[in-house]
Amino acid sequence: MNAPLGSLDRPNSYIGRAVTRPNAKRLLAGRGRYVTDLVLPRMLHAAFLRSPYAHARIVSIDVEAARAMPGVRLVATGADLARLCTPWVGTLDHFKGMKSAPQLPLPVEEVLWSGQAVVAVVADSRAQAEDAAEAVLVEFEELPPVADIDTAREPDAARAAAGIEDNLCFRSRLDTGGIDALFAGAAHVVEEEFHFGRHTAVTLEPRAILADWDASEGKLTVHHATQTPYQFQDLYSRHYGISEASVRVIAPDLGGSFGMKLHVYHEDMAVVGLSLLCRRPVKYVADRMESFVSDIHARDHRVRARMAVDDDGTILAMDVDDVTAIGAFSTYPRTSAVEGNQVIRLMGAPYRFRNYRAELSVVFQNKVQTSQYRAVGHPVACAVTERLVDLAAARAGLDPAAMRERNLIPDDAYPCSSPTGYQFEALSHQASLVRLKALMDYDALRAEQAALRARGIHRGIGIASFVEISNPSPAFYGIGGARISAQDGATLSVTPSGEVRCLISVTEQGQGTETIIGQIVADQFGVAREKVRVITGDTEITPHGGATWACRGAGIGGETALQAARRLRDNVLALAATILQARPGDLDLRDGIVVDALSGAERVSLAEVARIAYFRSDTLPPDARAQLSITHHYAPQGYPFAFTNGIQGCHVELDADTGLVKVLKHWVVEDCGRIINPLLVDEQVRGGVVQGLGAAFFEECRYDDNGQLTNGSLADYLVPMACEMPDIVVGHIETPTADTALGAKGCGEAGTAAASAAALNAVNDAMAPLGASIAQIPMTPERLLKSLGKI
Amino acid sequence: MSATLPVTLTVNGETLTRLVEPRETLADLLRRDLGLTGTHTGCEMGVCGACLVMLDGLPVHACLTFAVQAAGTEIATVEGLTESTVIADLQRAFHERNALQCGFCTPGMLIAAQGLLARLPLPSRAEIRDALSGNYCRCTGYEAIVDAIETVARRRAAGETAPAFAEEPA
Repeated sequence: MNAPLGSLDRPNSYIGRAVTRPNAKRLLAGRGRYVTDLVLPRMLHAAFLRSPYAHARIVSIDVEAARAMPGVRLVATGADLARLCTPWVGTLDHFKGMKSAPQLPLPVEEVLWSGQAVVAVVADSRAQAEDAAEAVLVEFEELPPVADIDTAREPDAARAAAGIEDNLCFRSRLDTGGIDALFAGAAHVVEEEFHFGRHTAVTLEPRAILADWDASEGKLTVHHATQTPYQFQDLYSRHYGISEASVRVIAPDLGGSFGMKLHVYHEDMAVVGLSLLCRRPVKYVADRMESFVSDIHARDHRVRARMAVDDDGTILAMDVDDVTAIGAFSTYPRTSAVEGNQVIRLMGAPYRFRNYRAELSVVFQNKVQTSQYRAVGHPVACAVTERLVDLAAARAGLDPAAMRERNLIPDDAYPCSSPTGYQFEALSHQASLVRLKALMDYDALRAEQAALRARGIHRGIGIASFVEISNPSPAFYGIGGARISAQDGATLSVTPSGEVRCLISVTEQGQGTETIIGQIVADQFGVAREKVRVITGDTEITPHGGATWACRGAGIGGETALQAARRLRDNVLALAATILQARPGDLDLRDGIVVDALSGAERVSLAEVARIAYFRSDTLPPDARAQLSITHHYAPQGYPFAFTNGIQGCHVELDADTGLVKVLKHWVVEDCGRIINPLLVDEQVRGGVVQGLGAAFFEECRYDDNGQLTNGSLADYLVPMACEMPDIVVGHIETPTADTALGAKGCGEAGTAAASAAALNAVNDAMAPLGASIAQIPMTPERLLKSLGKI
Repeated sequence: MSATLPVTLTVNGETLTRLVEPRETLADLLRRDLGLTGTHTGCEMGVCGACLVMLDGLPVHACLTFAVQAAGTEIATVEGLTESTVIADLQRAFHERNALQCGFCTPGMLIAAQGLLARLPLPSRAEIRDALSGNYCRCTGYEAIVDAIETVARRRAAGETAPAFAEEPA
């Protein structure tokens, strides 16, 4: 028990061990239970008529023909649902001056993007509901769509929504002072205008919800494909006026989320109201076309940035202007301003320079809402910073790796802060760079590159350092007034047979939450892993907590489990001491047996302690405390965020005639603190990298001038597939956080944070001898050929 | 929207007859009428591979096959292939290598892999990646899936057989 965490040579030492996921077996056998699969008695199906216009006034709605269609049970408009559901506004108090129009499940007067749900139809089958939706007649009066981020900010610009006074959702400025003078006096100044395309999560299971209002009990049960069941319990309760204890949200198996499934969607809120109106279960599953026009999108930034550099290549300052377009309103309840906020605060984060100025403008337009998606803001900040570092290196005559060696925050400089106010407890940029160069065989790769260039083969090498936000405290949402918890809770019980049940508020989306929680509980309590059952994702069963987002599951949920397991162990040992007439401190629990702590001699089994506690309490003294269930909550303390860090390398080959890029190999060194399960961490990193490479080369929601999404299908919107992706080498540095006993930080966003930056630098490195450069992702063949002057 | 038609087919070894609408897909029939929800739909246009099933021994998209087209065929879904232990070694290798996260693509991946190894017993990594080019996975980054299939190809070539997958503890 007192062995250091991560020591793998004692019984039940699971922390740090690569073990498989027990709950993956049912998914492999086709026995997953996704919301998509659920069927309830008397269940109805919803479908939605959607706006064909990016911006229009609703003149009239005629639902009579639709109501007469076969199987139709209900046709509901915005006005029908507005009578049940209070409006919501996607702002946070700590974003001063932020504004956004109120939202309702379905619009009453105005549609704000092409694809917005306007009228809901509920029928016996989905096909019948879709048939009837086609029979709904809506007369629209088209309004001018707001699309361009610059004209949107002009004083006389048309507004993206009637309820706002102008198209500026939020503005923020950071300035350490004296920036203009620093740039004026710098030996080198490099600058660039960057464009980051809109992309979207494209979870393989689309959004799915099944709401079941039981009028007899006054109880709402919602089976919801979400990361955050507690957040939705709170929202359904407050917006529909149902007591919190009468709202149950269950998140069963979930076919991918990546941040996309924790936002309020209009259809989802509508489905709750439809169930209230029908008094029957109502199910809605977005089809792929609907996903593209209604799931949140992300990124969509234009960043003008420059970097001032000394004669010897020392970075002096950065100056940044970020304009991001978010749709016609800010997403609820986490807003659409967090990404931009993190972009300007993460700029330059791995580096030593202290002088910084940034301006952020968050702009309304008539497109789908944007909001938090995996690695929120990180890829933008990282790509801008790392590209400027490469440009500055070239100007200073330094190799990109040498430039980073000169400018990264030294590993012995902690604790320290960034010029944007982030506090870093302990990071390992220098050690990570050393490890990356070794993994890549960097110098040999450079030599090979030079040799191949002589033969007309254009290979590029890109590297990108990054910092990742994890383990957020209430500084993230709580202080902004959002009822989104930063703490987690767990209930641990010893069963009468001496097994363990762990009900915990962090949730599972396939990353292995239940597995690592089981490892931690088994390790810290002192039983075999097979004896621990972990249950997540049901507000009626598990204690209230933040669930899983922003890389908080392992760090905060894991620490909750650790502390809970230690408390339960103390209770077991206290009871065993009473039974054995021993002192608790002389006992230990190992592999399900209470033993003499010093000699290891077996005293009594956990199963026997449990049997006595549950069935023979008459044999215990009156003051015995047989508390074999405990509930424990843990909220992050110490630093507001546990930052992680790492570095990535990307090796590409460019075909200068076709503009096609082949990613040859990709490397990641990351430091997520204590690694609980290396197998799962590595696969989180690889999956994250591929999402970043998708953004770098393929993924973009393309709109025409009228605000119509022109590639909203999986055949037209390109996602990374197996044949295009490289093998990815993953290495680790471990710098545990001292804020927790567990020492774990997040790892889920590290891959996505810097993959596109490394790829951008690699492609530019390949193009450099050809006199071309690119500052836009995705780097499509067409854009690369334009950069190369070929078209 | 039109009259239903009777369709007789064999699913996971059992011959059955169901009334289906002409517009109903094989995926609809399997998932909705037969409760075989291991077959998933991700795009409903034959791009993502989540709906792959074996039709007369070859992988086909259940979302692109009308139920009436499946009349007289033999269908095997992930549930049937699990029970018959045909893919037990693939399932075990996926599990050991953590070649799945959310699991939504996994049944389709298993069927694509089984189809690949039936026609190409010892594929290269590039050939595996190429064979998976119609199977979308958002979680894993594919490498673990490629590793798992490569491992199974080697094990099969060495004559190894696997016991039924689900009988083993985690």
